[in-house]
This record gives sequence, C-alpha cells and structure tokens, in this order.
Amino acid sequence: MAVTDNQPTYAPKAQSAARAPGLTKRDWSLMILVVALVALAPILLNPFPTDSSLAQFNAGYPDLMQRFVIFGIFAVGFNILFGLTGYLSFGHAAFLGAGSFAGVWMFKLLGMNVLFAIVASVAVAGVFALIVGYVSLRRSGIYFSILTLAFAQMSFALAYSVLTPITGGETGLQLSKSDPRIFGEQVAADGNLPVTTLFGLDMRDSLIVDAGAWEFVFNAGYYVCAVALIIAFYVSIRIFRSPFGMMLRAVKSNQQRLNYTGLNPKPYMLATFVISGMYAGLAGGLMVSMDPLAGAERMQWTASGEVVLMTILGGAGTLIGPVLGAGLIKYFENIFSKINKGVLETWFSVFPDGLSDVLVTIVYPFVGKGWHLTLGIMFMLVVIFLPGGLVQGVQKAATVFRRDRNAPPVEGPAAERRAQAEDK
Amino acid sequence: MDAIILQILNGLDKGSAYALIALGLTLIFGTLGVVNFAHGALFMIGAFVAVTLNKVLALGFVDENAEATSVGGFSFGGAQETLYVEHWFGEAAGGWISDWSVPLAILFAIPIMIAVGFVMERGLIKHFYKRPHADQILVTFGLAIVLQEIIKYFYGANPIPTAAPDALRGAFDLGALIGFDPGTIIYPYWRLVYFFFAAVIITGVFAFLQFTTFGMVVRAGMADRETVGLLGIDIDKRFTLMFGLAAAVAGLAGVMYVPIAPPNYHMGMDFLVLSFVVVVVGGMGSLPGAVLAGFLLGILESFASMREVIDLVPGINQVIIYLVAVVILLTRPRGLMGRKGVMED
Amino acid sequence: MTNKLTRRGALKTGAAAGAGLATPIVFTSNVWADGHTGFTNAPQGDTVTLGFNVPQTGPYADEGADELRAFQLAVEHLNGEGDGGMLSTFSSKALEGNGILGKRVEFVTGDTQTKSDAARASARSMIEKDGAIMISGGSSSGVAVAVQGLCQEAGVIFMAGLTHSNDTTGKDRKANGFRHFFNSYMSGAALAPILVDQYGNDRKAYHLTADYNWGYTTEEAVRSSTEALGWETVAAVKTPLTQTDFSSYITPVLQSGADVLVLNHYGGNMVNSLTNAVQFGLRAQEANGKQFEIIVPLYSELMARGAGENIAGIFGSQNWDWKLENQLGDRYSGTNAFVQSFGEKYGFPPSQAAHTCYVQTLLYADAVTRAGSFAPCAVDEALSGFEFDGLGNGPTLYRADDHQCFKDVVVVRGKENPENEFDLVEIVEVTPVDQVTYAPDHPQFAGGQLGTCNNGA
Repeated sequence: MAVTDNQPTYAPKAQSAARAPGLTKRDWSLMILVVALVALAPILLNPFPTDSSLAQFNAGYPDLMQRFVIFGIFAVGFNILFGLTGYLSFGHAAFLGAGSFAGVWMFKLLGMNVLFAIVASVAVAGVFALIVGYVSLRRSGIYFSILTLAFAQMSFALAYSVLTPITGGETGLQLSKSDPRIFGEQVAADGNLPVTTLFGLDMRDSLIVDAGAWEFVFNAGYYVCAVALIIAFYVSIRIFRSPFGMMLRAVKSNQQRLNYTGLNPKPYMLATFVISGMYAGLAGGLMVSMDPLAGAERMQWTASGEVVLMTILGGAGTLIGPVLGAGLIKYFENIFSKINKGVLETWFSVFPDGLSDVLVTIVYPFVGKGWHLTLGIMFMLVVIFLPGGLVQGVQKAATVFRRDRNAPPVEGPAAERRAQAEDK
Repeated sequence: MDAIILQILNGLDKGSAYALIALGLTLIFGTLGVVNFAHGALFMIGAFVAVTLNKVLALGFVDENAEATSVGGFSFGGAQETLYVEHWFGEAAGGWISDWSVPLAILFAIPIMIAVGFVMERGLIKHFYKRPHADQILVTFGLAIVLQEIIKYFYGANPIPTAAPDALRGAFDLGALIGFDPGTIIYPYWRLVYFFFAAVIITGVFAFLQFTTFGMVVRAGMADRETVGLLGIDIDKRFTLMFGLAAAVAGLAGVMYVPIAPPNYHMGMDFLVLSFVVVVVGGMGSLPGAVLAGFLLGILESFASMREVIDLVPGINQVIIYLVAVVILLTRPRGLMGRKGVMED
Repeated sequence: MTNKLTRRGALKTGAAAGAGLATPIVFTSNVWADGHTGFTNAPQGDTVTLGFNVPQTGPYADEGADELRAFQLAVEHLNGEGDGGMLSTFSSKALEGNGILGKRVEFVTGDTQTKSDAARASARSMIEKDGAIMISGGSSSGVAVAVQGLCQEAGVIFMAGLTHSNDTTGKDRKANGFRHFFNSYMSGAALAPILVDQYGNDRKAYHLTADYNWGYTTEEAVRSSTEALGWETVAAVKTPLTQTDFSSYITPVLQSGADVLVLNHYGGNMVNSLTNAVQFGLRAQEANGKQFEIIVPLYSELMARGAGENIAGIFGSQNWDWKLENQLGDRYSGTNAFVQSFGEKYGFPPSQAAHTCYVQTLLYADAVTRAGSFAPCAVDEALSGFEFDGLGNGPTLYRADDHQCFKDVVVVRGKENPENEFDLVEIVEVTPVDQVTYAPDHPQFAGGQLGTCNNGA
C-alpha cells in the first residue's frame, strides 16, 4: 500500500559540499521557520481579541497548543516510516498508548519528574515497536498494514478489558495518593495529587501577558513539548538527509533491485520502524506529562488512522507537512466541536432576524455536533485539489508572493513528486 | 455436540455478513485497485434503505378520536394513526406490505445502491485510479465520514429497531428437524434466511463472473488491465459497472442485516476494519479467498466466545480475529488464496 | 501556588513582556487586578460560565443532545427566563431567577466523544480558554471518572452527568466531584427484591457482562444482591465492547441450566444483546420448569427506543422517569414541572440523562448561592450532607462521605404495547431509599478517598 513513487530520489546538492553532511541551507531556513512558529505559537494562535466573538477561533491556550505539538511529533515520527519507506503502518497508536501507560506508571512508581516518564515512554515504545516491527516487517504492502493493525487492535482490546489492573481499562490509568512515588511526595502539601514537573518547573505554570484586548499564555509545559518537537524535527531532517535516509528511499523505490545489489534492507527497515515507534512513545510520554492520565482509546484503530490522515493531509514525505496536518485535525476537533447554536446566533446577530436564522440553520450542521462532517469534507477537498497535501497549498500560495519565482521552494521536491504521481 | 453445532451456525451467520462485505471490497480492490474506506458506508446506506422504507410505510394520518398522554399541562403524542399504506391498499394488503418491509426493501436497495455506486465511481473514485493508495484512503475515508454524518443528521445516532416479517420472527427447533433431541438446537428463522440469502448472492456473483462474457472480460481486466485495454475493450465502463455491483452487494448485506441488529449511523465503520482484515486474510485479489476468510473468521470468533474457551485463555474473545489474521499472514505470505504481486508494494 | 492549570491562576505580567512582538500592542491596565480571589476561574464581571461537556459524536450522541437540551433549560430557568421549571418545587428557595449570585449564567459546550482523552481535552479547553467554573455532563463512567479527576486537579467543581459505575463515587471519588445519578449497587439492591417477588427465589442466573469497569461493577452488584436473596449464578461471561452480534454468547445460555439472563450492557451493546436474545426465542422458552426471563439492570429511554418491541416485559432500573409524579403522587414533585417546561420547549418528554443534568445544574447554582461564593471548597461544604426535595426524586441526601445522592430507585418494565415512542416503559415499583443505602466503606466502593477539596490557584 505504498505511495507509488518511482521518481528519481531527491538528493540535496549541498550534501556533497564540503560542509559537514547534514542540513542544506534550505533545511536550515525550514528549521528556523519551525522554531519561530513554535516559539511564537502562543501569540500567532491567539489572533482575535479575547472579548471579541471571534475569540472562539483562538487556539492559543495551553491544552490545545500542547496537543498540536505532541501530535506533530507523533506525525513526524510516522512520516519517517511512511514518507521514506512507503510502509503504511496502521497500528502506530499502539506505541503512543504503550508509551503513555509507561509514563503514568513512572509517575506512580518513581516520581513526578517528567523526565522519568519521557525516558520510560520512549524506551517502552521502542521495545514494543521492535517486537511488532520484527514480526510485521516480514510482509510488505497491505499485508504489513494489516499486521500492524492487528497488533494495535489486540493491544486496545486487551488494555480496555482484561488488562484493566495495569491500564485502568475504561476509566484510564490515573494517579492516586496511595502510589509509592519513591523519589517524590505521595501527596502534595495542599492535600492534592502532586503535579508533573521538570526539576521543579511546574508543567502548569504559565506566564500570562496582557496586551490590550489580547491575552497570551506562555505555558511551561507547552515549551517543554515545543523543545521536544524541535529536537524531533531536527532529528527527522537529519534522517531524511542521511545515507540511512537514502537507503530507505531506495527501499521505497525498488526493494528488489536493492536486494540484487547485495544489500539487506531488513535491518534498515526495522531500525526505521523502531525510531518511528519511539517518536510515538515520546508523544505518549509528553501527553501524560501534560495531563497524567492514559486511556486505552489511545490505541484504537481510529487513533492510528488519525495519524495516517494527519500525515497524508499535510503531505506525506515532506518534512513539515505532518505537523501541519496534525495541527489542522486537532484544531477542528477542539475548536469546531465547541461552536454551538448560541455562539452562531451571537455571530449572526448583526444580520436582520430572518437572515440570521437562515444563516444559523445553514451553518449549524457543520459545527458543534457536526464537526465530523466538516472534517470529512475537508479531507476530500484537500486530497482532490491539493494532491501534495497542505504543503502543496502553502507552496502554491507562496509562489504567488515570492519575488524570485524560479527559486525552488523549501518543501518543493516532495510535494511536487506527489503531485506528479497523479499524472503517471 | 449441539453446543458446537450452534456455534458453527452462529459462525456461518456472522461469516455471511463478513463475506458479503469482503466480497464487494475485493471486487473493488481487485478490479479497480482502489482502497475503498467508504465500503462500510455502503453497507450502512443499504441498512438505512430498509429503515427508510419501514418509516415511510409507517407514515399515517391522525384519527379523529386521538388520545394523548398528558403531564401537567403538556401532552405527548398518543394519537391513533391510520397508515397511508393501509388506507390505500386496504388493511390486509397494507398490513402485509408493512410487515414485509425489510425483504421488500431489497427491491428498492438494488437500484439505489447501483446508482450510489455509479455516482461514487464516476464522480470521485475514477479520478483516483492513478493516485497513490494513501490519497485513495484519505478521500474515501472523508467520503465515509460525510455519508455517515448525513445519515446521522436525518436519523440521529440512536439505533433504529426494524423488525423482520412476523412469520420470520422468533426461533424454531432446527435440531428436531435434523435428528437431534428436541429443544437443543433452537435457531432464529431470520438468521437462517440471512445465511441462505448470502449464499445466493455469493453464488450469483461468482456465476456472473464465471459464465458471462462480461465477467470474463472483468476477470481478464483484474489479471492484466493494460492488455485488455490494448485489445480495444472499454474496460473502464465495465469497471464502473463492477463498482455498482460491489455497492449493491454491500447494500443488500446491509438491508438484510437490519433485523439482526438495529442499525445506526456508524455501523459501517464498525464493520470496515473487520472487513479489511477479512479481505487481506483471504488474500488480495482473490474472491473465493475473501468468502472463505469471512466464514472462517466468523466461525473462529464464535468458538472463541464460548465460556469454556474464555476460561482457558482469558481475553481470547477480544482478540481472536486479529490473532488469527497474524498467524495466517505469517504462515501464508499472501493470505489464504492471494495472488502474487497484488498490493504488495 | 502549586496549581496553575488555568489562566486565572497564572502569574501576572504587564504588557512589557509582550513588547517587541509583531503585533502592535496598546498597553492597558491589568484586568486581573480584582481577579485574585484565590480560586480557579473566579467569575469576572457580571457573568459566570459553566461548561457542559457531553457526547456529541459517536454512539451516545443522542443522549448527549438530550443532556444539552436540559442544560439549556436549566440555564434559562436560572436566568429567570421561561417558566422556572423546578425552581418552584425545589425545597431550597435560595435561587431567585437572577442568575447565580446575581451573575448571569452563560455556558460553553464541548464534545466528549465518549473517550476519556477527548473528554479531558474538551474540559481543559473549557477551563483554560473559556474560564468555566463548573463542568457537567457526560454519558459514561469512563468519561466521568476521567473528567472528575481533571476537575479535582484544576480546582473546579464537577457535577457528573449520566454515570452509573460504582467507581465514580467509589474507588475514584473526588472531593470536587458530585454525582446525582444512581449507581450499580443501587440498581442491584433495588431490583433484587422485586425480581424475587416476581420470579421466585430459586432462580438460576446467567450474566453477560460488558468487559470494562462499569460492566464489572454492575455484574458484581446484581450478583451479590440476588444471591443474597437465594438466586444462584450459573455463569458470567464477559463480552467485548466492540461486539455487535451477540449470537455466540446467547446460544450457550439455554444449555447452561439457567432460567434468567442478566444483560449487564449499556447503549449499543444492550440494544444488540437484547435484540439477539429475544430473536433466539429465549423469552419463549421454559427452563427448569419456569418461564425464561431477561433482565437489564440499567435502562435508558434511548436504549428502549433502540431495542423497540424487544423490551416488552423486561425488568430494569432507572434513576428517574417522566411519569413518576403522575403515577406515584407528589412525593416526586418537581417531575411534572420539569417535564412540562422541557416538553413545551422541545416537544417531547425528557430522558433520565436530561433530568440528572438539569438537577445537577440547579443543585450547583443553589449551593453557590447558599454558600455565597463560587469557590469550590465553599460549594463542597454547601453540597456535602445537603438534604433536599422537590427535584423529582423525592427526599434526597447528597452524602458528605462520598458525594453520592441517595434517593428512591425506580424499577421499570418494558411495556407490551407502547402507545408512542416516548412511553416505552412502565413504572413497576419504587424501591425506597433505605433499601439502596450502603455504608461509605462498603466493599463494592472500597479503596477511594475524597481527599480535600481543591480551590485551584
């Protein structure tokens, strides 16, 4: 079930230059862009004044910003596997789930420092991915997809039912005041559960900046996640540009030919699968570090499907696409689902009564409880009109404004190749 | 012994639904090379054709002497209605039509589903033949969401009970008929109807592909689309028809499933993943494989839900289908009857 | 300040930190000046925001929609609009229809998707972004326990919606969480005597149980209550949450020697398992010389509608039914007032999920008013041990030990020939509150501690 792609592999020119093999100039500008976007997200995502009726669309609150970044990491990791090798895993959520459970157990057993959780999550997810990958990679194409799906579904079903003592089952795995927490306090001074920290820095601490009608929240937890994303993104670029990455692309374009050259792609594939699983584990660990509860639904096939959709929506095989896709889906889930009839009536109250009723009636099915509908329509529109995913859209928009129209765009090659795949 | 026979019957019954859905999915996979995540939605639409017919037949007008339940100052419904269908066709014929609404829905479902299939293929899927599978997944998944949200908008999220005809409701002593002690093997009529219905459809599809020229061309197209095209045969047109056929099979599976479990808008998604597993376990590109895998998984699922088995291996009923899928795919690289090179890269 | 989940409880900074940003910023004075009241999301200005977190997508979407209708109605009544509903029958007269403590009630809504992760995300956005001071709603125990935990940490009040598992006020109870709905134990205790009365005390029961926490507590409750009265449990089999066809679980029932089938299922599981059980002719059979019977411990109107005619004659329990006052007199006053205002607004009677959400909102508003403060600890004090009447369930106690409401439990049976789709069950009996009351440390609820109330930042 690979993205059929036989175009010559894109090799950055600078790689052969004398500079240390690594990032090209364009990669660096992309990197800087990502750092800037992530660092300024609390401002960029809150474009509307707090008291205006459009504040509904503001996404700059800690929970959602954390989710953007965490799912961004998840999707970036997924893209290392899917984008480079073309192997479509339909069970990646299992690694995120396993990482989450490992993280919460660290909080329960060791203490509230998020480093415990993050390290354990990545390690556990890595081991789990090693086992699943070792078995699943014996097959390719859709057979591989179904094998990964089967492992994830088994994990979900067992975690929800018979493994309840370990996973919390229906109610999820939660902290309790009677947990041992050998390196920390069992109960905080105020009688409540202790909160997650990074060497004393409370993950919930926020710096609130009041700027006139606007209000910006700079949350400690968010910036911890942000740093993780930037590192994860940097590693992902390095993998894309490394000889290792070249090898993976070779697997994608023609595995048989690779075999004939005497190279065994299996260890490369397994390594990629495990790296990708560890990214998912990192996402899981961060998720419980921000909110220490892990539910079994995190492992369900819908969750695995979601990361597939995020990646394709953003642009599979591109560097930044998966992050954009993750952001868009989470935005819909959290913002559109909260628009109810009352909110619509406020928005349209500027129009005369009759017209405002009509507008509310037209818009209402697409928001609130109808947010799924809007999401479905958006999936279709994007894939129909932007075969290269959102990255292609951004790129198209960018060309309009760019002075030097001949300059190759940052993400050009991958998106272009995907666009061309249509014409083959 | 009778317990085992009962579980085999249950398995055949579950397997019928799996096999019917997987059959349509394989037709689309095999002929068009499209990963259709909206296939479950077609099953769901079929079920809602039956629900709609049932609702339409239940339309009526309020009689004069209506009696309402009232609470405080407010009263709810309670009106005695006369059904239009009884008004038009007379009480006896009208009653019969209402009663047999589910089987009658088949007549409506066939053209509706074929039309839905045509529109889907011509309007959307056609443009995705040459796109990567990933794009196909995204677009059909989006379509599936849109279709089910439309159904949810009109019918709500709650399951809608729709009964089988009176004569086929309830269960009978099947065991006594085939020489067991009376009262040991009691089985519902409708489930046997479903099994035989599935058998007829499956046979029909196979016969169609095996014995008609049309079927021959399609099979040739499945094997080597390019060559068939070079022979000057308009394979695209036939593939559109195949899509309609696959949609109709899924839809009919849905219509007849309605009395077994009240349908709701996300029933398609519930079956989607399972039917993909069935198709792949059966082997990509193999119609007999899909049917075989459907029945096999249905029967194994039934056995795994027996108390004796669960006591032995706790949680086995939760994972059996996926476990079997893993085992089969590891021992038989292309599933039960898969062909080399289909969907392997 | 260890707890800074919310925007209200965060460090305060002037616009200086925002200087140099891309957007030109006009400096204004700090709006938080009067906001430092010592608890999360202290209402600013003349409004107060409540968060209604209900399933809007997924299988329980219709139940969520009904909860949302009730919340809207409650908000109207609190703000003095509409006919006032239960405000006139409520034993506490603190509420005057001028909002809560004179602040107009506003609300935000969210989608739990019936997933603990999504529910928590939605609740967090209400707390962090919208400044909600109370979260309510939900249609499953997994969600209730997850959101309750969050509210405890954030320092806001959680008024549970429909959640029936013992755990919510048992092992997972929290000081900031309150449940009006009844629970598995109460279902078992209420049903058992009536079942023995109807079906005799020598029955053999076969349980099919949903394989997750709520299923476990319900099976345990029904088992222990019926076994105490002489029933025998032949077998208990767990069924996967995702099961849609229950045939393979139902065929072994008749051969097991059982003469009663207990379906510890909810929602779609219950609709399908009951439909299948009736389809297999269980109710037409005789076993051990007795008529075979089926029991569904927890009933809901929507499930009854989904199962259609299959519910005829099936016993179950409910938290409340819209016909209570009409049939059993004014002990259940408030019922008619609520049904009337709900019916007039929406055209059909409310479900028990709607009722519990409506009542929870009123109880919260009343507690705030009596306490004179929105601070969670003040609300906690006002609600704990609060005795009230006139909200449709008869005299009720919000027990201080576990924040569980104790009231009569309605035992219902599916109607043989329902006249319309809103009147599918008949009230058989009401089990008085004494019979369903248990000790706070009852084994089925063991292991939980309320802890201390949390005001948040």
